[in-house]
Amino acid sequence: MAHAEGQQHAHAQGQQHAHTEGQQHPIGIYLKIWALLFILSALSYSVDYFHFQGYLRWFLIIVFMLLKAGLIVAVFMHMMWERLALMYAILVPTLLLMVLLGIGALEADYTFFTRGVFFLKGLL
Amino acid sequence: MTPASRPNTVEPLPLPEGVEGIVADWSSDQRAFKNVPWGKAMMWIFLLSDTFIFSSFLISYMTVRMSTTEPWPNPSEVFALTLFGHKIPLILIAIMTFVLISSSGTMAMAVKFGYEKNKKMTFILLLITAALGATFVGMQAFEWTKLIVDEGIRPWGNPLGAAQFGSSFFMITGFHGTHVSIGVIFLVIVAIKVLRGDLDHERPGFLTGRKGKYEIVEIMGLYWHFVDLVWVFIFAVFYLW
Repeated sequence: MAHAEGQQHAHAQGQQHAHTEGQQHPIGIYLKIWALLFILSALSYSVDYFHFQGYLRWFLIIVFMLLKAGLIVAVFMHMMWERLALMYAILVPTLLLMVLLGIGALEADYTFFTRGVFFLKGLL
Repeated sequence: MTPASRPNTVEPLPLPEGVEGIVADWSSDQRAFKNVPWGKAMMWIFLLSDTFIFSSFLISYMTVRMSTTEPWPNPSEVFALTLFGHKIPLILIAIMTFVLISSSGTMAMAVKFGYEKNKKMTFILLLITAALGATFVGMQAFEWTKLIVDEGIRPWGNPLGAAQFGSSFFMITGFHGTHVSIGVIFLVIVAIKVLRGDLDHERPGFLTGRKGKYEIVEIMGLYWHFVDLVWVFIFAVFYLW
């Protein structure tokens, strides 16, 4: 309990700090994230360079993509230091796009199927 | 207290932990985003809408690529360059990626020095960011020229395979390149404001009339990082897939 209170206090102080001087963080964190983004980009480029194929390729591409996106939003755009109200207001609606992604994939599969049928009929 | 002397952000209420904090912020009958300047909240909301635009492009690209019966041109080969006698796959796009990430790094540091009121460093870093952004656009122009003139790729068809390749490519990278170009223009504007001391003296903006503050450097930064963020997704799903 005392621990939780202490945390809350520290948090409130952090908020206070953020309020008075804007987002202030040591320069080291930006340089580290920058280096990390360079490494991740090099890794995702090497996926292509070394000709990984199939599910391994897709898995690696998506992992590196999400890691890079997460680092940019969390640190460079300061999202990890914002209040939850802002964080959720921006990040939750983005999840709706998964629905669009699913609908798009279903529709594309169906279109591909009907095109297959159509072209096959032309051949017979 | 006159409106002019009112601080730009109000004193935040004590924040309950977790979900309770969200509920408290949203149900407080005040502004929902407590300790951010409204310009920053509005930039975030603009970026959310832009996220939906770019996602619509990328998802429709997925749809046309999945549904075409023609073979998809291999981006690894289409975007290869011959350097020093070696054909290196996708090398131009890799360099563009590193240029844009570097510009994001310099932008993040410009924001930091801005809040420290370090005019000189902020100005220099903003200019480097703008220069890297302009380099990116230049390389994109080179890439487009190569594709249109040498490879004969058009929005309505190309000699390599599925016609949808051209339409997706020009639409997505064109829209992204426009964002970068607009960003470069605004970076130069913000850099000039910093150099002139508009932000130190709270001089009102030319168009908006808002008082100049160093938070505009951070708001500019949000836009610029978003452009980099979109490129991360384009690089992964269009060039690498």
